[in-house]
Amino acid sequence: MKKHLPWLLTGLFALWVLAALRPPRPAAEFDVVGFGRLPVLLNGRVQPWDSVARNSLLQIRARQAFAEVTRPDAPAWNPGAKYTRMSALEWLLELMTRPEQADRRKVFRIDHPELRTLLGLPPDGPFYHAQSELRPHFEEIEKQARQAGALDPAQRNTFHKAVFKLFQNLVLYQRLKSTLQPEGTTNFLAELKAYQAALEPGLTAVTQHEAGEPHDTEALGTLVRFARRFEALSQTALPLIVPPIHPETNRDAWANVGASLMETLVTRQIHPAVLAYAEMAGAYAAGQPEAFNQALARHRQWLTAKGLDREIAKGRWEFLYNQWRPFYLGTTLYVVAFLLGCFSWLSATRAGVWNRSGYGLLVLGLAVHTAGILFRMALEGRPPVTNLYSSAVFVGWGAVALGVILERIHRDSVGLVMAATVGCITLIIAHNLALGGDTMEMMRAVLDSNFWLSTHVITITLGYSATFAAGFLAIMYVLRGLFTRGLTAPSRAALNRMVYGILCFATLFSFVGTVLGGIWADQSWGRFWGWDPKENGALIIVLWNALILHARWGGLVGERGLMNLAIFGNVVTSFSWFGVNMLGVGLHSYGFMDAAFFWLMLFVASQLVLIGLGSLPLRYWASLRADPPARPAPAPAA
Amino acid sequence: MLLEPLIRLFSSLRLTVVCLALAVVLVFVGTLAQVKLGLYEVQARYFQSFFVYWQLPGTAVRIPVFPGGYLLGGVLLINLFVAYFSRLGRQRFHPGLLLIHFGLAALLLGQLWTDLAQRESVMRLAEGETKSYSESQRRSELAVIDPSDPNVDRVVAIPESHLRPGTTISHPQLPFAIRVHQFWANSAPVRGDTNATPQVTQGTGLQARFVPRPPVTTTDERNVPTAIIELLDAQAPGTSLGIWLVSDWLLEPQAVEVRGRKHLLALRLARYYKPFSLTLLEARHDKYPGTEIPRNFSSRVRVRQPATGEDREVLIYMNNPLRYGGFTFYQYQMAADEAVRMRGQKPTSTLQVVQNPGWLMPYLACTLVSAGLLWQFTGHLLAFLRERRPRPTGRTLPARPAPAEPVLSR
Repeated sequence: MKKHLPWLLTGLFALWVLAALRPPRPAAEFDVVGFGRLPVLLNGRVQPWDSVARNSLLQIRARQAFAEVTRPDAPAWNPGAKYTRMSALEWLLELMTRPEQADRRKVFRIDHPELRTLLGLPPDGPFYHAQSELRPHFEEIEKQARQAGALDPAQRNTFHKAVFKLFQNLVLYQRLKSTLQPEGTTNFLAELKAYQAALEPGLTAVTQHEAGEPHDTEALGTLVRFARRFEALSQTALPLIVPPIHPETNRDAWANVGASLMETLVTRQIHPAVLAYAEMAGAYAAGQPEAFNQALARHRQWLTAKGLDREIAKGRWEFLYNQWRPFYLGTTLYVVAFLLGCFSWLSATRAGVWNRSGYGLLVLGLAVHTAGILFRMALEGRPPVTNLYSSAVFVGWGAVALGVILERIHRDSVGLVMAATVGCITLIIAHNLALGGDTMEMMRAVLDSNFWLSTHVITITLGYSATFAAGFLAIMYVLRGLFTRGLTAPSRAALNRMVYGILCFATLFSFVGTVLGGIWADQSWGRFWGWDPKENGALIIVLWNALILHARWGGLVGERGLMNLAIFGNVVTSFSWFGVNMLGVGLHSYGFMDAAFFWLMLFVASQLVLIGLGSLPLRYWASLRADPPARPAPAPAA
Repeated sequence: MLLEPLIRLFSSLRLTVVCLALAVVLVFVGTLAQVKLGLYEVQARYFQSFFVYWQLPGTAVRIPVFPGGYLLGGVLLINLFVAYFSRLGRQRFHPGLLLIHFGLAALLLGQLWTDLAQRESVMRLAEGETKSYSESQRRSELAVIDPSDPNVDRVVAIPESHLRPGTTISHPQLPFAIRVHQFWANSAPVRGDTNATPQVTQGTGLQARFVPRPPVTTTDERNVPTAIIELLDAQAPGTSLGIWLVSDWLLEPQAVEVRGRKHLLALRLARYYKPFSLTLLEARHDKYPGTEIPRNFSSRVRVRQPATGEDREVLIYMNNPLRYGGFTFYQYQMAADEAVRMRGQKPTSTLQVVQNPGWLMPYLACTLVSAGLLWQFTGHLLAFLRERRPRPTGRTLPARPAPAEPVLSR
């Protein structure tokens, strides 16, 4: 049993990872999954409805799904029964087709205390509110948001940001409502048929009117009413859901429903996609699954007939990616691997079993993490790091990969625990960065260069990974050395070598990455180096790593000194990674207590405490008391 | 005898570590200071200087409080050379270390060369427009233009740094000397009661009033200077031709007539003339469908050089500059989207023009350093792998003596 436990555990978790790939079972007879896979265009890129729904709900509610307490008296042994749950897609479909019902769902997360008092909400939770609750305050919210919007972003305080965000979310919510049909429409399909019927007589009347001839004023008036209504719709509708009618000439010519209906004035034929969506909307609102599914199938056939296979595939694969959530699975695997690694240190007799089990899960986690990154790359057609979110994912990946290598060599759970810690923390950071909305947004013109993204950005990010890896190994040295007796002389020597080796790696990658960044800057702006904050951040990492290596070669620091310097490397790297982005914010009067800034400061403080612990005299160290580390003789170096 | 301790000091690793630590602090403080001072000011004060000074509040006394970029870079360079040459012949030859450190030296010296020799300017072109000069983004000049030759203008340009109040400037090609009464590095127009700038007796300054403003520091604003100058007849010393106001706010140059010859006066962004010209044929600003996110900026330009008869078209776009005649032209700013066209304006494109004779140095330097780092650390890795012996069957911590560490140089 002991021998097989690691394999068994890893196998079980692997099954769990694979099971997440199965398509979800539909909650009703409506083919919501099929709908979720349909491609639309938003943020300049083709994506499935599922991404639109998840990213919108993430922005509004900070969650990818909806849950509401509807039965507070549910039995204690079954707490799940308390909630009514909806997937993001179901929520969006309801919002688009039955807005009066959706308006009563508590989806808006409002947690800023001053904003809550402004809106007359109780200071202590629950923090979710329905649009109908907020309606009486719209005027006030808009007034406050306009005041906040007039300020320079750097001058906005947390209240300004919160009210501005709420206003934006309300606008987003409102625009989503008019995606399929004008809000409050009961039978849009019938309206479209009336429009089609009014087109010919109306357009004839327009021509006659322009020529000064007698014409049918009623037909003209009807058409003008329609046109006004659809013009307004074209201004509010957000995602472009109507595919190009001639994809062979212009594949990018997607339109929203309103704009497409305005084009109908020229083409004289309502776009089949508009009709299909109108039918789906009507059927969903009326609770007729068959009609819904038929219209859906018709639309899918139309897409295939038009040769929009690439878009269909994109929708399908991105839907699978959304549902699989590889980074969420990875986070869980890392947490378990971390615990197993810690057990292996505490357990006297079964250390090997725990270690191998943890290692198996770590490797599985790395595999899922890698698959997630590759999946994203394939969806985006980009190198792995394109924005802050993906940099967090990749920093974690680099550190885990290093940890797996170390663990494979040393088998002492050190690489395991380091990798699981860094992997887990960076994926949690990534999760929080994703709250901003779509993480696969298009690249601005200046960044639109796969060559530099795949060389400079990847190297510098691996430099971050390595510096963090060295820093967390050093933390383990300090914690285990101080508080346990487990840090024996050989394991100290091994840690020392690991930290040193990884620092060499970090120096190489951060130097090369920084210089490649300089070359990119030279290629695109004509200056190799401009002392701008991001460049300076990268330079500080290089200088700091060089400093550690020189101090070690010169014998200026011993084992513990090396560890303390490496821990400070965490501070330096986190400043370079996030701090410089907050400069505009962090040092101005009010933005000071921004959530991210708070966490950064907390992290820096924790690292300083660890350095303080690492500097305690030897008599406080449980492991080192008996066997103090020797100070290495200075090695002359060029 | 004195040399020995000096060599020991300048070749020590302790000095290297101290300099690196100071450099980390300098870069960090220099980054934070940008919030208040702006990028250019910080570059000058912190990085392109020997000392960072602190001005005693309320006085003009400046105390050096921290080593600046030039000093730290210089000491590190000396440290590097002394350490290397003092050990020459006494130690084993390390090709990796040699490459790293001489690559770094090349990088530092290359940056110094760039700091001293690089000149940045911009060329703003509307569609169809042709220019044979670029303009500075921050520096101004007082230009006196003699338009009498129909083919070429003769220009005498006085840099703004010469326009100190109280000085008199003369030039053999000018029929007058210029006495500077006032110079404001930054200024703004105002609607006053009289609507005239005091002192002025001639020109546009009689109808418009300007006041000084504190200089701006951020990278997206610029100073607009104004000066009040008096023209003194060069052939009849002591005869004043009037007091004029010149300002970069004024769009048109002002005409001065001296003995029947017309001259134009303009305080404008400093211009750098080139022996060739660029014509903007087409400016494009594409966006992703349904968004305002820019997808591409590009300028199709025509390059013409009369001396060689060269005449060709080039497309300049993001990450793809034009290198021509010792200059590099980068796509910099653009006003060419639909909004511009709908307002009936001509699309314009701004090219950044950089002249940097040392631009290849970083490429050379980082190739050296990267090769050296790879060499050195691959060496460590191989040594480490060689020393790993087949491990005993036990999976937990093997109780074996720590292997000797690969020290960088032994």
